[in-house]
Amino acid sequence: MSRPDKRKVDETRPIEAKVGIIPRAVGSAMFKIGQTVAYAAVYGPRSLFPRFLKNPEKGILRCYYNMMPFSGCGERIRPGGSRRSKEISMVTENALASVVDLRDFPNTVVDVFIEMPQTDAGTRCAGICAASMALADAGISMKEMVAAVAVGLVNGKPVVDLSKEEEDLEGAVDVPVAVLPRSKKVVLLQLDGEIKPESLKEAIKMGIESSQKINEIQKATLKDKYKGE
Amino acid sequence: MYEDLKSHMNEFFRKGIRFDGRKFDEYRKITVETNISKSAEGSARVKIGETDVMAGVKFEIGKPYPDSPNEGTIMVGAELLPMSNPEFEPGPPSIQAVELARVVDRGIRESKVLDFEKLCIKEGEQCWVVTIDIMTINVDGNLFDAAALAAMIALKEARIPKVEDGRVDYHELTKEKLPLSKKDPVSVTVCKIGNTYIVDPTVEEEKVIDSRLTVATTKEGLICAMQKGGVDPLSMEDIDKMVEIASKKCDELRVHVK
Repeated sequence: MSRPDKRKVDETRPIEAKVGIIPRAVGSAMFKIGQTVAYAAVYGPRSLFPRFLKNPEKGILRCYYNMMPFSGCGERIRPGGSRRSKEISMVTENALASVVDLRDFPNTVVDVFIEMPQTDAGTRCAGICAASMALADAGISMKEMVAAVAVGLVNGKPVVDLSKEEEDLEGAVDVPVAVLPRSKKVVLLQLDGEIKPESLKEAIKMGIESSQKINEIQKATLKDKYKGE
Repeated sequence: MYEDLKSHMNEFFRKGIRFDGRKFDEYRKITVETNISKSAEGSARVKIGETDVMAGVKFEIGKPYPDSPNEGTIMVGAELLPMSNPEFEPGPPSIQAVELARVVDRGIRESKVLDFEKLCIKEGEQCWVVTIDIMTINVDGNLFDAAALAAMIALKEARIPKVEDGRVDYHELTKEKLPLSKKDPVSVTVCKIGNTYIVDPTVEEEKVIDSRLTVATTKEGLICAMQKGGVDPLSMEDIDKMVEIASKKCDELRVHVK
């Protein structure tokens, strides 16, 4: 059975990306995949309060993921953060902290703010893609970039980048993965649904491959900013 | 604070210019984009110079207030996102965010541009609650005017969602727009620095403002909401002058409300 929007199993929705979209921020990016749009802004390294959070050996990274009140598919989302947004902020922070090198900035913080104005599944992955580009745009040292995509099962078949429509299908499995494209290591992995270990392995492999393609777009977007007229 | 900046700015003002070369009553370039969020029932993004705000409209079915059983209602929320300004912090809405939301709310509500009675679905039982949320993306001054404009355009863009068995189907919007008249309220904020009145302040100019007056006006030239800000008192002549400037400039913003 084919996918509802006729995509190939390893085909993501159309992607658009931009960097340097928020002038006040040190670095910023927009990442759009299908109808899901993520903005990310980076501030810092800057001084950190309260003081007990300071690390005298290296700077710390803080991530905040948030959906705008009008960005949900259904009712208005009450502002002020939910359990869901807290958890996503944490796993995003862990994924990015694995590559960010802040040893040159002890006692400081780098804040990453991720905002979603419009969503259609895959928001945490889009957020990580945008955040990684914003960190690079801010000139923060990173071992490599992070690219992310949801993989999973649709109608029993492993696919990449599930849309909301696919996520809602009976028996769908959703596996967001964030990948280091060069070393092919996984820095975020979550799963909702029932899946056989063999299918999971296949799905994650597809995720790693797809992340490499996404990373090409991230890199091209960053290079584009500095290409000149 | 900012005493040096202030005296330097006043020196410029004596020569009749501002730091960015604008005239006192000159706005920066205004650009408008609509339908920026397909998740919202109506949305708009307004940029004034580098100030960048989004507004999105969501509908919900609620119960009319007991004192107005045949009317629906609106609610305006504003978030000063920490993404948009290094001085904003994550957390519950600051007093600045609350003021911004309430001033935008009054500009729309008091202009009576929206027919609240037509938002009633069933008297005393069901009505539309229309929420407008304003999000700052990048802050370089004059959030009041940008937010009010974005909110008004988002309302104009909004389509009422389909209702089935008393429940809202957000996936299907009807062709029906909100019951809006042609009053098109917009806000102009006039700021006083020393003896100079300016419009559309940058973030730098806002740091040294003595007082400000936000004036919301309708198309027929009526004033429908005001808010004085800052601690310095205003004389009757100040108020006269500021309202006059706002009345002169408001149509420049109103052309963007279509």
